Amino acid sequence: MSQVAQQLFNALQWGSFYALIALGYSMVYSILMLFNFAHGDVFMVATYIGYFVATVLLGLSLSGVLPLSGVAIFVLTLLLTMFLASFIGIAVERVAYRPLRDAPRASAAITGLMVGIFLETLVLWRLGASRRNFPTLIEVSTYQIGPVQVTNLKVLTIVLAVVLMILLHLFIKKTKVGMAMRAMSYDYAVIPLMGVPLDLIIAFTFALGSALAGAAGVLFGMAYPVLDPYMGVLIGWKAFVAAILGGRGSILGAVAGGFLLGFIEILVAAVLTSTMRDLVAYSIVLLILTFRPYGLFGEEHSVRLRL
Amino acid sequence: MQRSFELPSGLRRWYARLRAAYQDVPISAWLVGMLAAVLVEALIGRDLAYILGLGNLPSFFGLSLIFKKWQLIPNILVFIAVVYVIPALGATYLVRKLMARLSGRGLTWLDRLPSWGYILFNLAFVYVILHFWASASDYRLLVLRLLGVNIILTLSLNLVNGWMGEFSVSVAGFMAVGAYVASVLMVWGFVDDNVFGPAVFPASWAPFAFPIALIIAGAVTAVTALAVAIPSFRTRGDYLAIITLAYMFIVKSSFENIDFLGGARGFMGQPKVAESLLVVFVWTVLAVWIMYNYVTSTLGKATSAVRDNEPAAEMMTVNTRKVKMVAFLTHAFWSGVAGGLYAHIVGYINPSSFGLVKSAEILGMLYLGGLNSVTGSILGTVLFTMLSEILRPLKLIKWMVIPVILIIVMIKRPRGLLGFQEIRLPFLERRAAKADEEVSHAPAGD
Repeated sequence: MSQVAQQLFNALQWGSFYALIALGYSMVYSILMLFNFAHGDVFMVATYIGYFVATVLLGLSLSGVLPLSGVAIFVLTLLLTMFLASFIGIAVERVAYRPLRDAPRASAAITGLMVGIFLETLVLWRLGASRRNFPTLIEVSTYQIGPVQVTNLKVLTIVLAVVLMILLHLFIKKTKVGMAMRAMSYDYAVIPLMGVPLDLIIAFTFALGSALAGAAGVLFGMAYPVLDPYMGVLIGWKAFVAAILGGRGSILGAVAGGFLLGFIEILVAAVLTSTMRDLVAYSIVLLILTFRPYGLFGEEHSVRLRL
Repeated sequence: MQRSFELPSGLRRWYARLRAAYQDVPISAWLVGMLAAVLVEALIGRDLAYILGLGNLPSFFGLSLIFKKWQLIPNILVFIAVVYVIPALGATYLVRKLMARLSGRGLTWLDRLPSWGYILFNLAFVYVILHFWASASDYRLLVLRLLGVNIILTLSLNLVNGWMGEFSVSVAGFMAVGAYVASVLMVWGFVDDNVFGPAVFPASWAPFAFPIALIIAGAVTAVTALAVAIPSFRTRGDYLAIITLAYMFIVKSSFENIDFLGGARGFMGQPKVAESLLVVFVWTVLAVWIMYNYVTSTLGKATSAVRDNEPAAEMMTVNTRKVKMVAFLTHAFWSGVAGGLYAHIVGYINPSSFGLVKSAEILGMLYLGGLNSVTGSILGTVLFTMLSEILRPLKLIKWMVIPVILIIVMIKRPRGLLGFQEIRLPFLERRAAKADEEVSHAPAGD
């Protein structure tokens, strides 16, 4: 029993990463009806940005130029990384998607893939030769809550992910930009006629998704400190599957799909061996999609997407 | 038509004369010219390369040397001119003169061949050229054979992503299934292996059994593809992309977990049955031929109709489900065959060689060449492979240059270089002039 509770807790943390990244896929899909195949690599680059920001801030604080506590550094790193990562999202949109907005969607998918390969190679070329470790910003401490062993990092990840999701939800429901985004996902063609700046909103959507990926990157870097240029491929594509599992273009679906995939993976690894993880996890995904082709929260026709 | 640049008048006159001299040169003359260039390369290429300081005989026309040492560019141009351009143009010119003199006699037997004979003759000619070109180095041979495999893969993917209008990413997954099935069959049959026991058949049978193994591999791949096809054809759009992605992960992960196939370490010891270019060439030609006939048949047109408007196609009595199923299973079959070929060319397979990277590569080739075009797929594959080989000296940066090139192509030509159009391949069809001739002669012959 305690074993199960422990695994559920771990799955919650693992699912948080997927959910945060999957949100980026879903938001872009709901507006442009295309998958941003470079998003996984945006996550990867964001993790590297987080690494640099954290290292610089830590260096400044150790040398006494800017004495900050670990928690303050973490908060600053998180915010700065989210801010910088959003520009990567904007750049990706500008290079790979905007020139192809009227082209067949598959062509845009290819440019997205290519931007992804470009980013991977760039990082591998400039930074990949030596393995880099994400600096420790917050000392790990372990607590025992009932049968479950809890570390502060895992709690932080889960809480932050949930907070960010709530913030995103409020943003989309309450602000004008959020309203424009919802309107665009409802009817892409009419919205420019209403005086909504299309390019700006699309760029903003990419920025928002990338900022969330940036947050996921910092949290991921703190939990699994070894950075790797191909982590975007590994984690990003699974988050993509999670976004689909939840339902294309659905925000709620992305969150649910992320957590669900996290649960499936962790539980398979716990019950069977970890080498069977992909096999069983994707078979389950295939099975779910067979019975619910549009995902858990997706709708039959993407005309009326939920954002 | 507006010209973007103007040549100096002297050069322009030369160019005009050159064009006039080589206008309507029959294709057989061009083939002889190419053969001449290849033979000249075989004769003096090595020595000339040494004299010009290019080192060993350059594998790809010396183009990749540009990235190693740009100072060599003039030498490379001289090399290309002496070894390829001058012999090719010269021989073409001579043959054309000869043919003009012999017209009405001698060489007209080529024109009197039936269509299939003409095509076979030209294909054999092409093969001879490729054979001589490839015999210069093992590296060229390997690249050419892999090129053949990639052409099959790109074409088969084009069937689904192009003519059917869906988005499949599981090429690598299908390849993996085909590669493993073909390898297991061949190793079980013809190799003393400690897992599959001693060879069942004499080793001399292997080349003849190889086609059968490939066909079985393709068939098994198609059967596993049913797992994707059955659920995915209830919906349209990106659904197939996700299902095929999951399929690919499942396949890769399965092979990693099957211990007697080597698990993640891989599987080796395939008998050497795809060592010659001929085997791969024949399979590639076969695939292109079948695929071309497929897409120009009623079935292919029905597939296009399903892409353009599924309900309308259904009203026109197209059995959309069957059409989609056949297209998808054909895709799986040929990807499996290509996988089997690949396994025997490389002689070693492991699950990680069939990952997303492989799929992305094939997708890049496909969209570079253009959807819904057989010749486009071939062109895209050849260009991508050439690019990849020429840029090899750049090592890692190659994978930054190729994506940038592809992005630029996609932005400039969103449908790919040859999307939705074919270029005429004159050596595979009779010249238009010939057809006119027949028409004009018909009444006289009566």
